[in-house]
Amino acid sequence: MTATQTAPVPPVLQHDDAVRVRGLVKRYGGRAVVDGIDLDVRRGEVFALLGPNGAGKTTTVEILEGVRRRDGGDVAVLGADPAHAGRAWRDRIGVVGQSTGAGNALTVRETLDHFARYHATPVPTGELLADVGLAEAARQRVTALSGGQRRRLEVALGVQGRPELLFLDEPTTGMDPVARRQFWTLVEGLRDRGTTVLLTTHYLDEAAHLADRVGVISAGRLVDVAPPAELGGALRSEATVRWTEDGALRSVVTAEPAAVLRDLLAAHPAGEVPGLTVTRPGLEDVYLRLVALPEETR
Amino acid sequence: MTTVAREPGGRLRWAVTDALTVAGRDVAHWRRQPAGLVVGLLFPVLLMVVFVYLLGGGIAVPGGSYRDFMVPGMLALVMLFGLEGTMTAVVTDTQRGVTDRFRALPMAQSAVVTGRCLADLAASVAGLALVALAGLAMGWRPDPGPGVVTAVGLLLLLRVGFLWVGIWLGLLARDPSLVAAVQILIWPFAFLSNVFVPVSSMPGWLGTLAAWNPVAATVTAVRELTGVPVSDDGWATEHATLLAVAWPVVLTAVFAALSVRRWQGLSR
Repeated sequence: MTATQTAPVPPVLQHDDAVRVRGLVKRYGGRAVVDGIDLDVRRGEVFALLGPNGAGKTTTVEILEGVRRRDGGDVAVLGADPAHAGRAWRDRIGVVGQSTGAGNALTVRETLDHFARYHATPVPTGELLADVGLAEAARQRVTALSGGQRRRLEVALGVQGRPELLFLDEPTTGMDPVARRQFWTLVEGLRDRGTTVLLTTHYLDEAAHLADRVGVISAGRLVDVAPPAELGGALRSEATVRWTEDGALRSVVTAEPAAVLRDLLAAHPAGEVPGLTVTRPGLEDVYLRLVALPEETR
Repeated sequence: MTTVAREPGGRLRWAVTDALTVAGRDVAHWRRQPAGLVVGLLFPVLLMVVFVYLLGGGIAVPGGSYRDFMVPGMLALVMLFGLEGTMTAVVTDTQRGVTDRFRALPMAQSAVVTGRCLADLAASVAGLALVALAGLAMGWRPDPGPGVVTAVGLLLLLRVGFLWVGIWLGLLARDPSLVAAVQILIWPFAFLSNVFVPVSSMPGWLGTLAAWNPVAATVTAVRELTGVPVSDDGWATEHATLLAVAWPVVLTAVFAALSVRRWQGLSR
């Protein structure tokens, strides 16, 4: 007998990916907040779901965690359907949600010791405290922690069971820049140990820094998936050439900036082209266009 | 250690282990923040002192001793008050995201509730003991014998019924201010019973309503079991022991079902 209820997964999803999603739909009162998402997260990668508030990031992640039901589509997480997966499956995932989830009168160490009891092979509390940088706060009550410290406790609770797959829902919201950097180091350490990480964020630098691949969600749809440097594809190859002519600012958006420059130089035989700049869109430009114009890129 | 979960019977063992872990968490909270629990435990004693020594002199009861009349009433009232504690704990856990965390943890989902039951029953046993000791100190002398054990059993059974009401209300309430509303509304419910005055002193239809109060059935049964004279106030009073079993069973059946639905609704 096995207590692991490995639910049957459709053949299309039988794959070694940590997460496989096809046609995921979730509706609230007739409105689709997740509107047909396909998503693959490979084992061992850090995948960031990027999108504005209300885009459907958290709903998607909660469905993958098994705490929210879906209205349509096929989902396999670590080879099982999260809607029917059992205890043994839950011991293989780690969840860091948006709510604090640990706010109480106990100390940090007591809280970690308590939640360790639910896991089969928890990380020893001392080790965990050091990993997330809470060793000095171990004897503090959770209610006395700063916002950033509390988030770190959340992360500690999420990785306590040595998960194969860790869900991080906006993990650094409320952290100061130093704490965020420490958190990034922590996630990098997890990746080095082979943990798959699926995180949501609305910080572009975070996605660029941490993620192997980024998926941009807008209005319940995945509008692009790519490594951070390649996100936006065609959008990215367009350069903007700016210069000043007769006191007025001129600009040209082009896929071939070199040709524009040649023409410009030819038109200025004396030498300098006043105010000349050539810029390629950064992650932020690409992101804003992806999110603002989902129809165009679909 | 994962192998434990895969052994035959491992599931039940985990359910029990997890329930004890959850209960342990509640107990740890009480130890760390005892003020709320202590006030909750002492309040019924205070109330009993007020009624026996300050107000009871003006209330005529069968048998003549307001103290002997009051103690069983207060014991049952402790069970009703316990509902507030259950509700508060459930609302707080849901608010703080503890409930969501539990749902994503590798634990028996039943343990969230069974652990809550264990902890709350333990608190109620303490509450009963305190009121009983205060009653004894005030001169109350129940008939010794098996009746006392039965009385304690019926009281805890009533607590189980109210426990489920508390869990359901806790899952229903989106914010803690509703706890305050319940704390207020619990009073008319308590007064509309035989806890403080005999139902025969009330206007006819109100008296009937009071006699059918789930608390009243247990109060009458406990009075009978501990040797306090009970006046005949109709069918509900005559069959108090039956009702003292039936009411908690009905409350549990109805509110456990509602709570399970509500719990499942969390993942909608």
